[in-house]
Amino acid sequence: MNARAQKWLVSGPPLVYLLFFFAIPTLIMVVASFRFPGDYDPLAPIFGTGNPDEVAGLTLESYQRFFADPIYLELFLKSFLYATATTLLCLLLAYPLALMIARSPKRYRDILVLLVILPFWSNFLIRVYAWMIILGEQSVFAKGFNGFLGLFGLDPMPLLFTPLAVLIGLVYVHLPFMVLPLYANLEKHDPALLDAAQDLGAPAWQRFWRITFPLSLPGVYAGAALVFIPALGIFAIPDLLGGTDGILIGNLIKQQFLEARDWPFGGVLSMVLTAAAIGFAGIAAWFARRQRV
Amino acid sequence: MALLEIRNVTRRFGDFVAVDGVSLSIGAGEFFTLLGPSGCGKTTLLRMIAGFDAPDGGAILLDGQDMTGVPPEARDIHTVFQSYALFPHMTVADNIAFPLRMAKCPPGEIPARVEEALDDVSLPGMGKRFPNELSGGQRQRVAVARALINRPKLLLLDEPLAALDAKLRERMQLELITLQKEIGITFVYVTHDQEEALALSHRIAVMNKGKVEQLDEPAKIYGFPKNRFVADFIGECNLFDCTVAAHDAGGLDLAIEGLGKVRSAGAENVVQGAKGTLALRPEKVAIGRELNAADCVNRFHGKVFDYLYTGDVTLYIVEVEGGQRVEVMLPNNAVGRSSKFFEPGDAVQIGWRDDAGHYLHD
Ligand SMILES: Nc1ncnc2c1ncn2[C@@H]1O[C@H](COP(=O)(O)OP(=O)(O)OP(=O)(O)O)[C@@H](O)[C@H]1O
Ligand SMILES: [Mg+2]
Repeated sequence: MNARAQKWLVSGPPLVYLLFFFAIPTLIMVVASFRFPGDYDPLAPIFGTGNPDEVAGLTLESYQRFFADPIYLELFLKSFLYATATTLLCLLLAYPLALMIARSPKRYRDILVLLVILPFWSNFLIRVYAWMIILGEQSVFAKGFNGFLGLFGLDPMPLLFTPLAVLIGLVYVHLPFMVLPLYANLEKHDPALLDAAQDLGAPAWQRFWRITFPLSLPGVYAGAALVFIPALGIFAIPDLLGGTDGILIGNLIKQQFLEARDWPFGGVLSMVLTAAAIGFAGIAAWFARRQRV
Repeated sequence: MALLEIRNVTRRFGDFVAVDGVSLSIGAGEFFTLLGPSGCGKTTLLRMIAGFDAPDGGAILLDGQDMTGVPPEARDIHTVFQSYALFPHMTVADNIAFPLRMAKCPPGEIPARVEEALDDVSLPGMGKRFPNELSGGQRQRVAVARALINRPKLLLLDEPLAALDAKLRERMQLELITLQKEIGITFVYVTHDQEEALALSHRIAVMNKGKVEQLDEPAKIYGFPKNRFVADFIGECNLFDCTVAAHDAGGLDLAIEGLGKVRSAGAENVVQGAKGTLALRPEKVAIGRELNAADCVNRFHGKVFDYLYTGDVTLYIVEVEGGQRVEVMLPNNAVGRSSKFFEPGDAVQIGWRDDAGHYLHD
């Protein structure tokens, strides 16, 4: 069998899978975003029966609606800020953790990595509900926190159903996606490079800043993409932990499909979100490629 | 005063003593080599000099200053690592500039000094390349240039040529000697390759099991090994167990099993009946169909048992009449004919002068 046939054989199943579960649904959404919402069905037909009262065909109406009201772009901006903050906080928290795991004795590393992914073994929603309890008014944590504020003469403040709760939830849920690519990268670093840097006069922070960090950038970009993109579209966390004004773009999209049953507008929002996600993935890939390792 | 003083340094790993009471004194401008078999503690000693590891006992002094507690980055000592440890994300120029940047050298001076350093190791104009775009030999030179650019007091080299092929290794040896002479920095060089040590060094410390067995100039190490280990480790050597049968002002009579009586040059503090070793280099043994009695006092008849042809020389193993096997080296210097002189089974005579061998106490 020649190499070409082999290539197709190996890449065939994933290609078919992606075609059916990614390309076709995406295409359906693209088309849906140009259609009219239906009266009873979520979508009006593309080809009408000729009845003058009937709504049918393709339109830019939903796109116009999106760009006409700044509230939607503002919601995008807000989601973008949350996703950015989540990515940065995850990076800040995950880096020392990944570094610690990568530098620990070999026999402990696998166990430590296992502990990082341990939360995946329980249901996502259950873990978010746990946060509702932790952040709830009656929890030891909230009481301790407010007691702490009280020491400085500050009024107690609610934790649950606040932007802070959303951010905590977002960081919590996405942290492993930052830790794992960072660890995978840091673990491969040659310790001789740090010895060499130290030998040539570099104190600890210079060794980190000039050797470890630049060499870990591909891991940083991969982790950032894995956190930023899902964080941009997430709806469950703002739903559960956010207040009434805590919704993000993901919530709006979900609303359009499930509650307002306005698929064309939901389609428009999805398209813009997908475009943004592809844009960020592209930027991350570009940065990663510029890095030579 | 010596540049580097190593005083009774010991390093243990659990029960295992990796470096055992080593004392060395290395002068400024010296090319000093630590030579020894794998696992004898060379790297461990080097890492303690560099500051990556601390002795369990003893002290290391650089320029008269005790280095205890001084971290590697604060020691005026640089290392060329066996793996070179070039920074893969930096260009050659940035790699070489690294120590300068760490030493807060004015940025304006850096490019010129880097270019100069590249010239020193005959890599002009290579500054823009990345390490993965260089050959093994070029990487080695970059590592040397990087370690030398801000002129440390001491350069440590841990088997820097081990990864290179034989031809390139020879060339790099010559370059290292020239470079060391030119810039006058003290080199402490680690190798387990005795030829390399003999070729490069001013002085050699032969190490075994964490101890220094002999510290001498190359010619002394080769010509006058102090004990059986050194004789065996450096070059080819016949080692015969022997007993001192008689001794007088002119030398020793040694009794060797399977060989007979051998006359050897004198040694200090010999007593009759003492047991020891006769070390005899194969190239000091003559071989022929019949030898001239005037040349060799020690002569034995035997048969060629086997030989090893290595191009420039042939090593013959001759079994003498008593049964002892003796290695004899013969240069293949004959012109215009096959360079093999003897075949297995040929009857030959071998012999050596009384001062060819070297008696070692047990
Ligand atoms: N960190 C350590 N823990 C335990 N034992 C060690 C450690 N480092 C070295 N050793 C032991 O100390 C001995 C000397 O090691 P060292 O690396 O100094 O040898 P070497 O002379 O450099 O050998 P080679 O020529 O193979 O590099 C070895 O037996 C080694 O197993
Ligand atoms: Mg070693």
